[in-house]
Formats: sequence, C-alpha cells, structure tokens
Amino acid sequence: MKKAFPILGVLTAILLIYALYMALVWAPTERTMGNVQRIFYYHVPSAWTAFILFFVNFVASVVYLIKRRPAADIVALVSAEVGVVFCTVVLVTGPIWARPVWGIWWTWDMRLTSTLVLWLIYVSYLFLRRFSSSGQTPALAAALAVLGALCVPFVYFSIWFFRTQHPQPVMGGGGSIDPRMLHVLLINWLAFSCFAFLVCWSRYRLEKLQRDVDHAHASASLLDPRGSGR
Amino acid sequence: MSAPTGITRATLLKDLRLEWRSKDAINSMLFFSLLVVVVFSFSFDPSAEESRQIAGGLIWVAFLFAAVVALNQTWARELRNQVLDAYRVSPAPANSLFIAKTLGNFIFVTVLEALMTPLFIVFYRLRALGPAWQLLLVAVLGTWALVVNGTFFAAMSLRTRSREIMLPLLLFPISIPALLAMVQSTTAILNGEGARFWIVLLVTYDLVFTTVCLLLFETVLNAE
Amino acid sequence: MSGNGYLFAAYAVTWIIHIAYLGTIVRRYSRLQREIEELKKPGVKS
Repeated sequence: MKKAFPILGVLTAILLIYALYMALVWAPTERTMGNVQRIFYYHVPSAWTAFILFFVNFVASVVYLIKRRPAADIVALVSAEVGVVFCTVVLVTGPIWARPVWGIWWTWDMRLTSTLVLWLIYVSYLFLRRFSSSGQTPALAAALAVLGALCVPFVYFSIWFFRTQHPQPVMGGGGSIDPRMLHVLLINWLAFSCFAFLVCWSRYRLEKLQRDVDHAHASASLLDPRGSGR
Repeated sequence: MSAPTGITRATLLKDLRLEWRSKDAINSMLFFSLLVVVVFSFSFDPSAEESRQIAGGLIWVAFLFAAVVALNQTWARELRNQVLDAYRVSPAPANSLFIAKTLGNFIFVTVLEALMTPLFIVFYRLRALGPAWQLLLVAVLGTWALVVNGTFFAAMSLRTRSREIMLPLLLFPISIPALLAMVQSTTAILNGEGARFWIVLLVTYDLVFTTVCLLLFETVLNAE
Repeated sequence: MSGNGYLFAAYAVTWIIHIAYLGTIVRRYSRLQREIEELKKPGVKS
C-alpha cells in the first residue's frame, strides 16, 4: 500500500502538468475575457473538489455517529481540512478573476457567496475540533458536521432567491460551454482530484501516526510507576 | 409521554423561577437592549433615508447579539452545580432537557426583542406598509431558529476552551440562511412587499434543525 | 496588471496555498518522527 504512494505521486504530477499545458495552451482563448478566462480551469475544479470533500466529511461523520469507528473520525477531519484548503483556493482565485473582468474584487454573486458561507461553516468545524478536549471531539465534531451539511441546501436556496431579487454580475457566465473548454476543465478536475486524494492520504497517515504516538505517551505514563510529575 | 413532558415542564419552570427571583438576567438584559439600540442609532443615522431601508437588517443583527448574550449564560448555572452530570446519569431523556432549555431561551430572547422593538420603532420611525401580523410570525420563526441552534451549540461549547467565543463561531455560519430570510422578510413586509418565500424557508429551516438537534442532543450531552 | 498578469497570479496563488498546506503536513511529520525516536530509546520517562 505504501509503495503505491510515490508512484501515484509521480503520475499525479504528470497529470497536473499536462492539465496545466491544456489550460494555458491547448484551450481556445475566450472571446470577451481573453486569457484571464483561463483562471476558470483552476477555479471551477477546485470548487468541485471542495464540494466532494465536504460530502465525504458528511458521510464519514454519519458513519462515526453510527459505528463510532476512529478511522471514520480521521477521514472526517482530513476531508474537512483539505476541503477548506481547496475552498480557500476558490475564494482567492475568484476575486483575481473578477477584478480584470468586472473591475471589482468581490461580487456577491450566487456561486461566490455560497462558497464563502460553505467555507465559514467548515472553518468553524475546524475551530471546534481544535478547541474541544480530545475525548469529546469526534462526537461533537460529527454532530456539527451533520448540521453543517444539512445547512448547505438552505444556503444555496436562500442565496439563489436573494440573487434573483437583487441581480449581480455572474461569474463564469451562464450559457453553454465550448466542448474543447469542457474537455480541459474535466482534465484539470481529474488532475486536482488525484492531487486531493494524495493530500488526504498523507494527512490521514499523519493523523493516524499522531494518535498512535499520543496513545504511546498515555500508556507509558500510566505504566511508569514514578509517574510523570502529575 | 407524561414523564418527558413532566421533566421539560419542571426544568423550564425552575429556570424561569430562578431568573425571576434573582432578576439578574432580566436587569442586565434590559439595559443591554437599550444600549444596543442606542449604539445602532449612533452608527446608522436614523434620520437618513437609507437607514429606514436597512432597518430590517439592523433589528435582526441587534437581536442576534442579544441572543448570543442570553445563550452564553444558558448552561452556566448547570455547569456551576454539576447538574449536567446528574442529568447524564439519570434515566431522563436528553431531549426533555434540551426542549426545556430551548423554550427557556426562547422566552428570554423574546422578552429582549419585545424590549428593543419599540425603541427601534421610535428611533427609526418605522411603519409597516405590509401586514404587521406577518412581522410577528417572522419574529417567532426567526427567534426559534437562532435559539434552537444556539442552545445546541452552547451545550457543545461547554467544555471547549474559550467557551464564550465558541458559541458565536459555531452559530453564525449555520444561521446565515435563516438570517438572510429574517432580514429579507422583515424588510419586505416593512416595504409592503411579499415575503412568502422567506417565511416558507424559515418554517422549513426551523423544522429541519429542530428535528436534527433533538436527534443529536443526546450525543452531545454524552460526548466523552 | 495585464490580463496575463492576473492569470499568472491566480495559478501561482493556487499552488502557494497547496504547497503551504503540504508544508505543514511535512513539518508535523518530521516532528513526529523525532518524537518516535525519543520514545524508542530504552528507559526514557515520557
């Protein structure tokens, strides 16, 4: 299992470079926005990847609530963290794209606003994990994850209606997409998904190791007759 | 069915009685409501036309802060007397405790809102162009949304570090759809426009989150 | 900043964020490895 990691790493790197080439060179230049539009090929796949990771967090949290398996708790933590990283990329590349196109750094359009709220929900999840004492964290975090995930449809619905009442410039345009652009988009999504998987795997191994070490510390101080000064 | 509702009623009455006797919470919240409205009046000039248009938002932000203040002290008394440990050990269903706490908080926050609303109306010279009874409905639904999640998160924050900041940190993001609905419906009703979508959203939100909080409260209470 | 400048900035920032996160993983991992070495030493009170 461990041997697969470097091989997958190399393959993912190659895929990412290929996807980058496609985005910068092969993809046709957009008529109205020019080269700036190519940010799209990083912005959108990052969003999709973040959504998938948050969904994984939801499933892992439910599994933990039912089965109480520590592995499920680790998966929940990892998917939330990596999801927030990808979500941050979306929120940073969005304004960088909006500025030259619309002249403003931020637009309260539907997608950007919803992504912001999603980011806030999962950052608050990470705060809970950090601030609660380790015995209770898995159960509390799982409960929060369920509430957060249930909130997502409400977030999208409410902002959608809000935007139809108060229209704003829409990022990324509506309408159909050139099939060549779609192709490049999907390739970048595949590349980033593989990358996300590897990052999650690394983070998972780190967390597992951390918990094993903490266990070792705990057992050692229990067994040590001289105690650890407490 | 009588045992759980009996516990709920007993807990609720106990809380109300304690607050009424000590008058601690009531007095401080009275003054707090006045302060909030005055501060908002200085920050958002009531005589400016724009302020009347955003009054819906101002009121709900004020209510939100009042709710956080009330919620933060929700479990403080229980914690002081190790009552929570007693609840965990007793066969009483966790839900009864949760409903009692939520109802108690709901009453407290509603009292606060009832104190602040006339002040807002007077300072901002508000008039409802739409049906005023709908404002009452929005107030009830919105307050319940804040309080049901707030009580849940207050229980969660109990044994975290920085308990007081943890509550708003958890409550605000998840409340955003409800907050949007509260503000938009209030503004719409004040301006004589339709608020049906937002009210339906609030009802759905309240139903979903009340159910889930009830289902998960036992987990939170027993988390160890 | 021309259009291409923004494009470069967006792609660069993406990778800076990812590399920064990976960096935290690597740093914690090496710290853990050191801790494990300490634990392995015989007769060490932990």
